[in-house]
Amino acid sequence: MLLIGLLLTQFLQAQVTIKGVVKDNRNDPVAGASISLKDSYDGTTTDSAGRYSFKTSEKGQQLLVVTAISYKAWEQPVMLESGVLTVDVTLKQEISELTAVVLSAGTFEASDRKRAAAVLDPIDIVTTASANGDITQALKTLPGAQQVGESEGLFVRGGTAGETKSFIDGTLVNNFFFSSVPNIAQFGRFSPFIFKGTVFTTGGYSALYGQALSAALILESIDLPEQSSANLGLSVIGGSAGYQHLSKNKKSSFGASYSYTNLAPAFAIIKQRQDYSTVPFYHNADGNFRVKTSKTGILKYYGYFSSNKLAFTVNSIDSIGYLDKFALGNTNHFHNLSWKENLPGKWKINAGISYSNNQDDIRSAMQNNTGNEVQLTNLEAKTFRLDMKGDYFNAKLVLEKKFKGLSGIRFGSEYNFSKDRSVFTSYNGQAYPGNFRETISAAFAEADMYATNDLALKGGIRFEHSAVLNKVNLAPRLSLAYKTGKGSQASFAYGIFYQNPERRYLPSLNPLTFMKATHYILQYQKVLNQQSFRTEIFYKKYDNLVKTGNTGFTEAALNNNGFGDAKGIEIFWRDKKTIKDFDYWVSYSYLDTKRDFLNFPEAITPNFAAKHTGSLVMKKFVQKVKTNFNLSYTYSSGRPYYNIRYEGSAYKFTDRGTISDFHNVSFAFNYLPSVGKKDAKSFAVYVLQVSNIFNIRQTYGYQYSYNGLRKEAIVPTSRMFVYIGAFISFGVDRTDDVINSGL
Amino acid sequence: MKMMKSVMLFVLAALMLQPAFSQSEKFTGAMKKNIAALDSALSKNEIASLTDIAASFERIGDAEKTQWLPFYYAAYCRITLAFVKNEVAENDIVADKVDELIGKASALEKNNSEISLLKAMNASIRMLVNPMQRWMEYGQKSQQYSQDAMTQDPANPRPYWFNGVSLKNTPAEFGGGCGAAKPLLDKALELYAGFKPASELHPNWGKQVCEKEAAGCK
Repeated sequence: MLLIGLLLTQFLQAQVTIKGVVKDNRNDPVAGASISLKDSYDGTTTDSAGRYSFKTSEKGQQLLVVTAISYKAWEQPVMLESGVLTVDVTLKQEISELTAVVLSAGTFEASDRKRAAAVLDPIDIVTTASANGDITQALKTLPGAQQVGESEGLFVRGGTAGETKSFIDGTLVNNFFFSSVPNIAQFGRFSPFIFKGTVFTTGGYSALYGQALSAALILESIDLPEQSSANLGLSVIGGSAGYQHLSKNKKSSFGASYSYTNLAPAFAIIKQRQDYSTVPFYHNADGNFRVKTSKTGILKYYGYFSSNKLAFTVNSIDSIGYLDKFALGNTNHFHNLSWKENLPGKWKINAGISYSNNQDDIRSAMQNNTGNEVQLTNLEAKTFRLDMKGDYFNAKLVLEKKFKGLSGIRFGSEYNFSKDRSVFTSYNGQAYPGNFRETISAAFAEADMYATNDLALKGGIRFEHSAVLNKVNLAPRLSLAYKTGKGSQASFAYGIFYQNPERRYLPSLNPLTFMKATHYILQYQKVLNQQSFRTEIFYKKYDNLVKTGNTGFTEAALNNNGFGDAKGIEIFWRDKKTIKDFDYWVSYSYLDTKRDFLNFPEAITPNFAAKHTGSLVMKKFVQKVKTNFNLSYTYSSGRPYYNIRYEGSAYKFTDRGTISDFHNVSFAFNYLPSVGKKDAKSFAVYVLQVSNIFNIRQTYGYQYSYNGLRKEAIVPTSRMFVYIGAFISFGVDRTDDVINSGL
Repeated sequence: MKMMKSVMLFVLAALMLQPAFSQSEKFTGAMKKNIAALDSALSKNEIASLTDIAASFERIGDAEKTQWLPFYYAAYCRITLAFVKNEVAENDIVADKVDELIGKASALEKNNSEISLLKAMNASIRMLVNPMQRWMEYGQKSQQYSQDAMTQDPANPRPYWFNGVSLKNTPAEFGGGCGAAKPLLDKALELYAGFKPASELHPNWGKQVCEKEAAGCK
């Protein structure tokens, strides 16, 4: 009897069935969730409808545990007696970077972070055909930036190039580009290979950044290299050599490189519009060290030195038979030291300092046709010499505290000091020295709040003080993102941005204040299976822009009565899926902008703003020939041009019009012969790049003679440009960077 | 009556003994059942059931607390599923889960060749999300882990199998293809021939797949 009783009890125990449905907080079923009784083997997984059912022989008080990937674990005590027990479960999402919505309004991010919504990779920067290895050139293929070819910089959403600021490891970079040359856009100073992350914001950006009305380019340098390596580069226009050493314990590294570039061989073949007496040459050297200060901390130094010179003449527009001469010598140092570390209690510190020194020696003169300098009546002002020296010191400290999930707060301060000295020597030898010092101090705080994986909010505020203006500003920033479905999200950003008047208008006799921009951005984005689509609508309002007047000699700042606005729509589509091993993106921007600033007689569309801008970028690796083919096409509708002259007592238009549409097709191919030779000791990449392959006539604008009677198109220095080079690295296979191989 | 008593005593003794005895019996039985289910799912290509089997292994591991094999198999199931499904956009999420399981296994069993191989496979899963971008980091990690696996147990055929299959699926232009893969697959087959698992529950998979891969490389 007892035996039968025992058996019966066991039989009854085995009969307890637990069943139910597992759903998430959106009431969608959770498939593949694991159900178990704690400390027993018994359990099951849910089906596609979230249903589960299992039998157990356990009895009494037990703990029912439900786990599922991307959800928080759920548990509840249950009393097991007999029969059927129904337990329905609602799981809460685990808030994680992999699944959470991303605050992406106004932002293009290319970084190694594991983010669901990323549309660009760091490698994209170097494999875009029209980029020629230049970061900002690659960014110009994204919506938001203008195709301005006559001067360097990023002209974003109706803003000037000066309204975009660049940051490396958190701190401001003062001379991001090589020094300006009339009508020739200059390259950025920094190689894209030293950065692992690029964030290009076309508006609505974080309170951590300021002094930029339009956009911020935020670059993060690489950490320790994977291994020690040496590299050599050789091209028709120069050579380079570098070495990186990684310590045995892989906790520190150092490296240095040097390159020399001389454009003489290229200019000998490709006819330039300018006649060079000193063909541009560049000495660039850089050095770095990186030390892991703990498991999570790293101290990084990057130092850069450059010296370059050029001098040329062009036919003078002012006096037929004479030449305009321009000469530039530039030296630049840049040193950046940054430290990041995780502290106890989910605190994190990011600190950085940078120092740079820039020196420009500019000479301008007129020459007769025998090469002698001359001074012509009424054109004396074209003969001058300008020596400029600048010292810049920037520091930034950011403290971050993480809370549950991805929520957190960030606060800190920034300090920008600049000391500019210049001596302007006019044609008669009269020297006009200028000295200018400015200190901008800022404090900022922002908070990230993730209510769920589907809803995120970032709110911030930035406070700035300018010593020169003797004024303060307070700028609020806000962004929101909401997940609308699988891979899709809608986001919004708002912010007020302040910036000092440009250096050339300071110090000013008339009291000036900060210029101001207010951004409103609405974005929709969908990223699924190697395809990305995003579109943004924006409205940007400008206030307190600087207006200038004529003092009789020069143009000087009058007041902050300038204003303007910009609105538009932008579309970006990228597809790596439809055609195998083929990757392309298309971007389009529509821009409607007007502003009244500087010497503009009224509110007009500025000459750096085109209504329609578009790009098509294509990339294909052909395994058979071990070659990467890149093609890009950029288009912009004709920009307006103006001749504004001071006549009588006011600035007036004496001429205006629209330049022709701009088209450019560039092609690049990289041949990687050592691909796949596993035991090769060296790896080579051969590069051929051709810009404007169809030799299309491109016009950037018009320039006018002093008397305003003659005008001349501003065109590229040559219609087509060809670049041929070879890069060899030893020890580390850089070719892998460029290959889209699949194991 | 006497007999009844002795039967009773026997039953009682059996009942008392049951916990100690059946615990290991229960573990072995459950593991065997799951391993059989795993083999069957793979041979019949019923990959949807791999999630269920993985969860079942994990439940055993969580209940036992001192056994590394359940976590090993749970991770192996999820890795295999990720490779077969090839929905790379999900790979980071899967790989996080696998890391958790591997972490539990390696906390119980240090320097194990089989676990190192799973680490290598998981690094490859992460790399596949974006090979061009992640090759430098995860490609190297994968190679390092499979190297570890070879060192930790030179008789383990599976690291050679994995490297062989990986190379076979790499285009010849990148140094892959059958030519490069064949020696590794042959070496794996040689090791499979002499391989004896430490117990019937220890990893003993891959031979047939390896034979098929090697046969495809003639």
